[in-house]
This record gives sequence, structure tokens and C-alpha cells, in this order.
Amino acid sequence: MISFILIILASIFFSGIIIRTKSITSGRKGPGIFQPIKDIIRLLRKGSVYSKTSSIIFQIAPSIYFASIVMAIMVIPFGQYKGIISFEGDFVFFASVLGTGKFFSIISALDTGSSFGGMGASREALFSMFAEPAFFILMGSFSLLTGHTSFQQIFASLHFGSYISYILGALATFVLVMITVVENSRMPIDDPNTHLELTMVHEVMILDNSGFDLGMISYATNLKFAMYGALIANLFMGSFPLYLSMPIFFGIQIIFAIAVGFLESFTARFRMNHNAQYILALSSVSLLIFLGVLLVLGQFS
Amino acid sequence: MAIITAFIIIILSAIVVIPFVSVQWKGMITVATVTIIATLSSFIALRALAGVDSEYLFKGSLVTGKIPVRIDALSGWFILIINFTCLTGALYGMQYMKAYRSQKDNLSLHCISFILMQSSLISICSLQNTIAFLIAWEIMALSSFILIIFEHHKRDTLNAGINFLIQSHICIMFMTLGFIWVALKMNSYDFQAITLFASSNSLLTGVALFLIFFIGFSIKAGFVPFHTWLPYAHPVSPAHISGIMSGVIIKIGIYGILRMLLLIKSDYLVIGYIILFISIISGIYGVMLAIIQHNLKRLLAYHSIENIGIIGMGIGLGCIGLGKGNNILIELGFAGALLHTLNHSLFKSLLFYASGNVHQATHTMDLDKLGGLGKQMPQTTFLFLIAAIAICGLPPFNGFVSEFLIYNGLFKGLEGSDKTMLSSIVCGIFGLALIGGLALLCFTKAFGTVFLGTPRHNFQYTTREAGLGKLIPMYAGLILITTVGLFPKIFIIALSKPLNLFIHLDNNINTVSVPITGTISMIGLCSGVFLCLTGLIFILRKRISSNRTQTVDITWGCGYTAPTVKMQYTASSFVRTYRKLAEPLFSIRKNKKEITGVFPKTGGQETHPYDKVEEWLIDYPLHLLKRFFNRFIFLQNGNLQFYILYGVVFILLVLGIPSLFDYVKSLIKFLNQI
Repeated sequence: MISFILIILASIFFSGIIIRTKSITSGRKGPGIFQPIKDIIRLLRKGSVYSKTSSIIFQIAPSIYFASIVMAIMVIPFGQYKGIISFEGDFVFFASVLGTGKFFSIISALDTGSSFGGMGASREALFSMFAEPAFFILMGSFSLLTGHTSFQQIFASLHFGSYISYILGALATFVLVMITVVENSRMPIDDPNTHLELTMVHEVMILDNSGFDLGMISYATNLKFAMYGALIANLFMGSFPLYLSMPIFFGIQIIFAIAVGFLESFTARFRMNHNAQYILALSSVSLLIFLGVLLVLGQFS
Repeated sequence: MAIITAFIIIILSAIVVIPFVSVQWKGMITVATVTIIATLSSFIALRALAGVDSEYLFKGSLVTGKIPVRIDALSGWFILIINFTCLTGALYGMQYMKAYRSQKDNLSLHCISFILMQSSLISICSLQNTIAFLIAWEIMALSSFILIIFEHHKRDTLNAGINFLIQSHICIMFMTLGFIWVALKMNSYDFQAITLFASSNSLLTGVALFLIFFIGFSIKAGFVPFHTWLPYAHPVSPAHISGIMSGVIIKIGIYGILRMLLLIKSDYLVIGYIILFISIISGIYGVMLAIIQHNLKRLLAYHSIENIGIIGMGIGLGCIGLGKGNNILIELGFAGALLHTLNHSLFKSLLFYASGNVHQATHTMDLDKLGGLGKQMPQTTFLFLIAAIAICGLPPFNGFVSEFLIYNGLFKGLEGSDKTMLSSIVCGIFGLALIGGLALLCFTKAFGTVFLGTPRHNFQYTTREAGLGKLIPMYAGLILITTVGLFPKIFIIALSKPLNLFIHLDNNINTVSVPITGTISMIGLCSGVFLCLTGLIFILRKRISSNRTQTVDITWGCGYTAPTVKMQYTASSFVRTYRKLAEPLFSIRKNKKEITGVFPKTGGQETHPYDKVEEWLIDYPLHLLKRFFNRFIFLQNGNLQFYILYGVVFILLVLGIPSLFDYVKSLIKFLNQI
């Protein structure tokens, strides 16, 4: 429960911090950190325009997408405290329920019959498909390390002892950050600020959404960011008491947001046709973590 | 005993009656017979699942020996799956076949084969005598061959049918080989002789025997590299036959493998690794090829290979558990495999029926021609969508439950401490995750291009929703799909008896079964909460946006206001990036015509995906074989005299060689004496 509330709190300022960081690094003052959430509230109040070609799928998809992310957040624990939902193998549910959301966002892009919607849909499907094995191998390594198969048990018993495990922690953070970037379609995989439809991934999928639906999708993106931020934070919280873990949580969220902001300010996006290979390489980093875990467990001695 | 007699009498009388009645009655009688057979056999099957095994002993003949009919929990589970799919298939088929009413004789043959196929499938699950089993298997193969070639005036159909027939018989050949081996040594045709044989010989013999059977059964099941008949046979047969074939006929291969696992007690660890790796390869290869297909039914056929791979992963995991004496792995692995067998039969048959609806509405299966059917066929669209989500293994439907079991088993397997096992399990996790992702890509393509957007092709006739008669059996499948998704606990409890069979295989394990129902009911609960949450958000959205302005306008076209249908993303363009990436692994034939000049006329690109395994394993050896036999073509010269001469030569040889042999033998004897 506690993680659910905190993630929602973090989601309110998360993209604000990213935008602020980007503004400052490019020499502008930039909007306040609550501006994105104000935009979303404004969107939620607006009327909407629907495409002539679209069907009921287009109307229901944003709700399912949003619901899938809320469900996924319910699974996230807070250090030693369980999430609302917790059972053995809950991270499989986490990944799959996000998959359902993705399925619907992809088909809703195809529903408009536009020449661009399919472009984004095709890319999103491909990229997230390649990101999936990385996540599962990462979780597999953790469950091998700790001997547990649920988020809460894994994170509660995860503690870094040796030098190798610090490296593992760093690699795991890297993989999770990259998965976040892929899942949220940010730099260097996708540029959310691009104005050319041909180079968009996520943006082009939601070109025809408007009003309440668009507001929901935008807020879902914020939630997703905060959710992955929480996952990363969980790596470091371990079994600290609440008065310590809460500042750690918010600290990591803020650092994560600033890091994303920096990443977007100082890197160029990858060439589109190299993205897939790059994302698949994440799986090999995950495999590296797995081998590292084997090393820690003394399998090679 | 009475039930079996009734079973045989009903089948025979239906077969006799069908040719002589009018077309409407043919369908009716078929459905009625299928229903009666299903009720009779389901009764025994349900009893077996509840723990009361049935055993009947027929006297048989001199050749076969005693024919035991044993129905245990494993048979029961498969009989129930067969019955449900055959029932929906028969109901759907009755409506589907209305389009072919004029072909009276052809229909009689089709109906008879249908009944024979169902009864032979049930017999395979219950007969435990080698010869009777092979006869039932042969009837199954022949009747499904006739079912496949319903449209035999088409060349493709006939080719695919013959391909199926040949490969079926290779499968039978391997099984016969295994059975003969056992029968030679044990002098008995009872299946129990196999157990005795395996336990009285070394572990290696057991593994070898199992592998012979495994190859045989996996030709039927469609494991890579024995899958090549599958993508031909599925698209050409009528939709209900494709559904049944993918739903249950290939599952009979899985039944065979599981049965042999129960009978042959040997080195389970080695067997487990072999099955696991073949399954991972099957799963990934199947779905990778599925994505680039242009024919909807062919795409679904390749997905059958993928799902067989997933089932196989469960079996492999369970076998590793047996080898390691790990109770949780056995339970999760086999439960995942058995439940996925049910699940796949449900959603795959539903998908094929939906594709049948599409086929009869548009008369094409070409993904690049279909489009925008969602508005004309809302119910088919809805059914296809649910089945597509289920086959991708996404919550809240049934595919997720069985994949979750296998995932959970894989992660539990990581608690072991054996390097080989750990690395193969990580391969399994990687494979399953990749399969999930690829399936998502594939089904968003299939669903998105067939049912969404605007029509890509002007058909001469209006496309209409299928009639209620076709939709009702589909909804029956849908109800089960959601039931398994939301209340998986019931099915896990139903599976406890078949699972016990596997757990008891290893006597060293304490037989206390691990409760997996707790986690499983959580899955159902979460899926339910997910559904409710979605509904809640959707209602909330509707409430809020109902008093705002809502306008309808054209799709955003980058400022261009006269978009044409041709500008839409097609199925091929949707997977272009993927195709480019995966191209080295496939052999895709491309035909490209670039547009040139100031006033370009026509241009285009065609891709014809082909199976590389087929190229190497079927086409190349066939090519060599043909070249070899072509050297003897001079023998076939069309002269009757020559042919008579060949006959005479043959008879002379038959008579001469033995006497020559005797002569040589006596000569050697004579020389030795000197």
C-alpha cells in the first residue's frame, strides 16, 4: 500500500523534474515542476475528437492501458513492505499485465488506419519485445541470488556484500534504467520532442488521441516512470526502516529524473534501425548479471 | 463394458446411415453422434479425473492378444479436451459446410471421417495394446487426411494432404519400430510390457526407446524440425478441421509423449534436457516464422508450433524435476504443460473458427488484402481479439495461467545448484520471454491488419457477420477461456490426479504434493481485479466525457486531408523492421520491381517466406533422391514386353538367389573340407 501511494506522489513531479533539468541545461528557466501534471488535468477536462475510421477498440484502449499500469504498480513492494498484491512469481504478472496494456495501445494505433500509426506501433511492439527477455533474466538472476520468487521477498533479502555484488547492483540499475527508457520511449531510443512523424515511436501512436484519453495516456507515462524509479529504488532500500527508506525512495526518484533529463539533453538518439540490436544487447547485460550471480554463489569454484 | 459396446454400435450405425440421408440430416446426424460419443466418453473420463480408473479387458484375437482398455487420469484429461473441441468443431462445421451443400457425396465422406476421427482419438487415449493402438492411430491419420482434402479439386489442398499422409506414416513407422523392439524382447503387446522392458534393461536403452517414440510422436505434435507438414495442412483444410487439427490432433502427439514418459522409467534428467531444448527451439522458431507469413491461417499454423514448444517446455521442466527429485518442478512443469494443452485447444480452435468466418465473408486469407472487418463483423472481431490476447499469454485470460505456471516452475528451478540445470533453465526463461514478446508482435499484426483500420481491398460482395449458428460454438470456447483465466483453481484441482501419476513415478519422493493452488487462485483474483479496474476506469471516462464535446473527423494525416486506403500501414510494412533483422535466419524469396523514370508506371515488392528447415531437411534430400532415381529412368520405357521381362527377372531372382546362396554355402563347405 505504502509503495502505491508513494509512486503516485512521485509521478506528480517526475516529468516536471525531467523538463526542468532539460530547460536548465539548455540555458532556459523552464516551467515549474508541476506544469506537466497541470497540463494533464487540463487535458482531462477537454472534449475529444475521434477518427472516422476508429472503432470501439480506440475508445477502450486508453482505459485498459491505464488500468494495466495501475495494476503493475500494485505489485511493486516498498523494501520489506509488500505491495498491495504479492505472491510467488508476481513479477511475471507485473510484466504480463504491462504487456496487455501494450497490446491495446498498439492495436489502438492500428485502429485509426493512419499511415503513421502503424509505424509507431510496429516499432513499439518490436522494441518492447526485445526488452522483455532482459527483464526476465534480471529477475531470474535475483531469484537465484536470494532464493525467492516474489518482488518483496527478493528485495527484502537483497543485500550487497562483496565487490562483485556492487558491480551486479550497478549493472542491474543500468538494465532497469534502459528498460525504463525503452518502455517510456525516451532518449536515446525515442525522442519525445521530435516533430516529424516519421521519426516518432510512442508519440505517433497517440497522434489521434485527444481529451480525456490523451490525458490518461500522458499520466500513465508519468506513472510508468515513477514505477520503474521505484523498482530501482527497491534495489537499494533493502530492509531499512521506514524513516530511512522514504528519503532514499524520493532521493532516487529525483536523481533518476535528473539523470533522464541529462541523458536527453546531451545524447543524440540512436539510428532507428539499430535500436532493436541495441535493446537485444540488454539481454546480454542481463546474462552478465546472471553469470555474476553464479560467481557470487561460488558455482565456478 | 456396456458403454464401449454402445460406443461401437453408435459409430457404426451413424456411418452406415449418413450416406443415405439428405444433406441437412448428414450434419444433424454427425453432430448428434459426436455429442453422444462425447457424453459417453466424458462420463468415463470425468470418473477417471475424480480418481476412479476404468479398466476393461477384451479377448482380442490370436494376432493382437488381449486388448486392455485402460482409462486413467491422463487419458481422462485428454479425452475431455478432445470432446470439447470436437463438439464445438462439429457445431461450427455444420454451419461452415452449408456453403458446400451441392457436393453431396463429398459431404458424406467428410461427416463419416469426422466421426471416425473423434472416436479414433478417444481410442488412442484409452487403448493399451500395441496393435490396437496402431490401428486406431492409422484410422486417425487416414480420417484426418480425408478431412483435410475436402476441397480436393484444388492442387494445393491435395499436395498438402499427401504431405500430411506421408509424414503421418513416417510417424507411424517410428512408433512401430519402438513397439516391435519391445514386442520382440518381451513377447507381449500390452503397454505394461514397455515398463517391464525399460526397467529390466539399462537406463540408456530406456532413453533410446523413449527417443524413438519421441521422434514418432513429435512428428504428429509438430516439434521443430518435424513440423513441416503443419503449415501446409492447416491453411488448406476447412476452418473447423484446422481448429480441431491444431486443437487436438497435434495434441495427441503430446499425449503419446506423456504416456511414454509414464511407461518408460529411465533417465528422466537426460530426457528432460532434450525435450526442453527442442521445445525452446520449436517455440522460438515457430513464432519467428509466424510473424512473416502473409496467410492468416498459415500464421496460425506456425503459432501451433510455438505453443507445442511451450507445452514441451513444461514437460521438459517436469522431467528435469523427476530426474532431480524436485517435487515443485514436477508439479509446476506438468501442470503447466497439461493446462496449456487445454488452453491452446481452446483459443486456437477459436482463432481458426474466426478465420473461417473471415474466409467465408471475404473469400481470401491474404493479410495484405484484408482490413477494417471490425465494423462489418463486430462479434467475430471480439472473439478473435480475446483469443489473440489469450494466445499471447497475457492476463486476464487462460494463456497467461499456464504460461505463469511454467514461468514459475522455471524460476523455482533456479533454486537448484547445478550448473547445467541453471544454464538450461535460464535458456528456458529467455526463450519463454522472447516467445511472449514475438507473439505480441505477431498478433497485433494479425488482429490489427485484419479487423482494424479501413478495408484494403474492394470485394465485389458485402462482407457480413457470420450467422448465430457459427458464433454459438465460438462463444462456448470464449466462456471456457475466461473461466480458466479467472478461476484457474478449479482446473488445477481437476489436474491433481493426472499430476499425481507423474509425482508417483519417482518412488523416492515423499508424495506430499506442494500446494500451488494458493498462488494460482491469486492469479485469478488479480486478473479479476484487473478486469474490474478497467471497467471502472472506462465507466468513469464515459461519465466524464459524456458532457464534453465529442466530434468525429478524419484521421490525422500530417496535414494531408485526402488520405487513401493505400497509405495505411499493411501487414508486411508492420513487420518490415523485424523481417530485416531476422532475414539471415530465414530464406525469404523477394521479388522487387523498382519504380523508375519521370512518370513511373508500376512498382512493387513481393516476399515469399520459406522454411529453412524444410529446405534442408525435406527438399534437399528429396532432390538428391530424385537425382539418384533419375538414373534408372531408362527402365520405364513404356514397352509392355520390357515390363513382362522385369517380372520374369524378378521371379527368377527370387527363386535363384536362395538356391545360389545354398550352392555357394555348400561350395564353401566343400572347400573347407578339402
